[in-house]
Amino acid sequence: MAEVEETLKRIQSHKGVIGTVVVNAEGIPIRTTLDNSTTVQYAGLLHQLTMKAKSTVRDIDPQNDLTFLRIRSKKHEIMVAPDKEYLLIVIQNPCE
Amino acid sequence: MEPVNMESMGHPEIYPLVLTTKTQEIFNCRIDEDVTDEQPYKLINKVDIFEDLRNRAAVSDFHPVKKIVQEYPGNELLLVYDKDFKYGLNFYLIGTEEGKENYLNPPEVPEEQEEYKEHIPEDVYVYKPPVSKPWVSLGSEKEIEEESVMESTKQITYMISQKRSEFGAPVKFSDQNASSVKDAYIECTAYPDKNFTLKQLEKDVSMQVIPQIKDTSTQTEWTYPKNATTQYYPREFSEEEKETLKQSKPLVDFLNNASISVEIALQQNEIMNTFIDDWKYLAEEEGTFGDKTDTHLKEYQSFTDLHSPTEKMITCVSWHPTIYGLIAVSVAVRLSFEDRVYFSGKLLLQPSLILFWSFSDPIHPQLMLESPDDIFCFKFCPSDPNIIAGGCINGQIVLWDITAHADRIENIKAGDSRSKKATLKPMFLLEPESNTEAMYIRHCAVSSIESGHKKVITDIHWLSDTFEINRMGSVFENRSGICCQLVTCSADCTICFWDIRPQKPLTPQTTEKKKEESIEIPFDVPSTFLHLDLSWKPLSKIRLSKGETSLDYCPTRISLNEDHLLYKTEDKTLTQSKIVKTGEMNPYHNLESGMANLLKPIDDFCTKFFVGTEDGEVIYTDWKMKKDSETGRLMPKKPVSIHTIHDGTVHTVQRSPFYNDIILTVGGWNMAIWKEGVMTGPLLQSCCAPKMYTSGHWSLTRPGVFYIGREDGYIDIWDLLEKTHEPAQSQNICITMITYIKPWIFSAKQQFIAIADYYGTLRILEIPWTLSRPSTNEMTSVNHYFEREVKHLEYVEQRKNIREQEKKEMELEMEKKKIF
Repeated sequence: MAEVEETLKRIQSHKGVIGTVVVNAEGIPIRTTLDNSTTVQYAGLLHQLTMKAKSTVRDIDPQNDLTFLRIRSKKHEIMVAPDKEYLLIVIQNPCE
Repeated sequence: MEPVNMESMGHPEIYPLVLTTKTQEIFNCRIDEDVTDEQPYKLINKVDIFEDLRNRAAVSDFHPVKKIVQEYPGNELLLVYDKDFKYGLNFYLIGTEEGKENYLNPPEVPEEQEEYKEHIPEDVYVYKPPVSKPWVSLGSEKEIEEESVMESTKQITYMISQKRSEFGAPVKFSDQNASSVKDAYIECTAYPDKNFTLKQLEKDVSMQVIPQIKDTSTQTEWTYPKNATTQYYPREFSEEEKETLKQSKPLVDFLNNASISVEIALQQNEIMNTFIDDWKYLAEEEGTFGDKTDTHLKEYQSFTDLHSPTEKMITCVSWHPTIYGLIAVSVAVRLSFEDRVYFSGKLLLQPSLILFWSFSDPIHPQLMLESPDDIFCFKFCPSDPNIIAGGCINGQIVLWDITAHADRIENIKAGDSRSKKATLKPMFLLEPESNTEAMYIRHCAVSSIESGHKKVITDIHWLSDTFEINRMGSVFENRSGICCQLVTCSADCTICFWDIRPQKPLTPQTTEKKKEESIEIPFDVPSTFLHLDLSWKPLSKIRLSKGETSLDYCPTRISLNEDHLLYKTEDKTLTQSKIVKTGEMNPYHNLESGMANLLKPIDDFCTKFFVGTEDGEVIYTDWKMKKDSETGRLMPKKPVSIHTIHDGTVHTVQRSPFYNDIILTVGGWNMAIWKEGVMTGPLLQSCCAPKMYTSGHWSLTRPGVFYIGREDGYIDIWDLLEKTHEPAQSQNICITMITYIKPWIFSAKQQFIAIADYYGTLRILEIPWTLSRPSTNEMTSVNHYFEREVKHLEYVEQRKNIREQEKKEMELEMEKKKIF
């Protein structure tokens, strides 16, 4: 659908965004703007991390749930928006 | 009162006694007179003791042992003087006959046997198995009895049996609900009875804390170690699947929801970087302005050639690219043109040299390269530092190959340590042992006199090994991987490109010439460039003509696009690795191999370069030749831009080591900074200085710093971030004109600057920390500065146009007014 493309394009056009990846519940990438090997790496690793983060939050308080995950590193910031079935990963370089 | 005996010590017959002096006198047992060490005992009559007892009664010393004395069977008792107080008192009485006998006649043999008997049990330990003894009750069975459970009442037993007649009869079973038939069962229902309810008031609980340990073991079958690998590929969706998924509604909804929060997060990052430490960034900036503690160049060493008869000046300085502490200097005689002609006879006898100085020996140069005439500029070949090309005063290019002496100069440090071990001698008598003889190395090849330059060569550069050019000036890729082309400019107004590889002979004349002029070459000169010697012609010649008149531009310095690569320290490792490669099979000894390959032309290569002239002009021109439509000859293109900025000879045209398009030109009484591509003028032009500027160089580590040498021996250090109207610092180095400045980096902490002066002294100074270390934002700040200046120039241009317009309008109005 054009909506999907439009949304992803909008996100990608933000300042400093390096790449966007949409991953399904099993960690298989659906849409990506990065090259294949990087996509696969990001999808696999971040999927596992998100699962872990989610289970951590729910262990502490079962009523709670993970809404957003931001990982700030020296070079970029990785943002993960989880859902029941999908995962949206955005990598941004915040500094100039 | 019982007499105290020494039963506890194993001698029940001994009764210690205290005998006072009076008693001793009575019984004649005075210490050291009657009773001595040799005879410490005395036999005393029983009767005497009784008499004493009667006389003195309780006072008598024998009173405690009265009973023993009475019971004593014999007549005489033995009294022994206990000198060592073995039994506690100064005398002791032996109360039995047997004891007396034992004392007087001590049995020796049984004692020894006793000693032996004592030893044996110690040596051999005899194992005695434990003997079972009857159990001794200590009261524990009572507790056990209390705790044990035993039946208190007798158990009731019932025996139920069938009628005898029914034994063995077939049995018929049927189901029956117990509750439906009356009296089919008897039950004793449990009911809470208060009499028997026990409230537990105390509970005995014992706990033991143990760590959670789990012990399991398995046995595995271990046959042999085996390498195993796994190859995997990630699960991916095919294109169709991706398409179908894209269309699915859940994905659309998810993206719509997720993108909201993602965009918030993205915008947060764009607004502000929340993780910067503001204090840290503040501190860095302060460091550059206020710190002026140690900003002077410190003198490290200086070199002078003491052996030359005439006064020389240094014309060019170059650090050895790889060896630490080695610097090469070209010297020329300090005479004007007329004097040179006048003394030409004398000058012919003295060799013109390039001297190699090392930090370890300030008196003797390590190597001396001979050349036919004074060298005014020279350069080490970037891909092989054993090849040196120099430009002579007579217009020839001279090539040296010092591969044979490479190990000599590499191991200079060893010589220095040897000299340190020598006995204490005055400094001028100390000479390093290995390098005493002056090594004169003859040049390898010189260019052809007729076809080369006619006047002094003012600048020489090696072309980068990434490209090469042909006769037309077109650029091709360089497959040989080494620097094989040179460019020179000379006072005869030409710029020549040279190739060091053997050129295919164009006409048979040249071969004949070669046969005629076969000069005997001395055996110690390497034959690397034999093919070039005396017949070397330039690849192409560009004449910088001013136009119709014969006055041409006289170039003094040129700066090509790729030169900056030679300064960057990161590329030092690259050049070193290249040099290592050439060590095996020196391509310079095998120059013909690369010639036959067809080379690919490089498109959009910038063939323009900057030239500084003798009259103070800065020219930006192209080396590519174009074919003149009329004559069909190859003609050099017209210069792109010419600016006359300086009032004297431009002696420095240098690209910044950090920016490829920023050039520094120094000449006359001022200096200018240019940006390649900005044709309107220099970005920065300094005002006239009080003294003439005679040399200049960019700093190798700080983008906004450069050094300028003056004619009065001062060096001006300019810092573009501090002041742009005057130098940041000025330091006096020597008393005479500075002819050449060359900084060099040895390590992150050690940076030197070589300053050569007119009197032939080369000084090495150390650059202080503040001048060598750039601040964090220096590169960006200098960048900003240059951009601002470019914008300023553009603005000035615009204003000029506006002013022109205004002027025209004003003139029109004036004319209109005149009419009326």
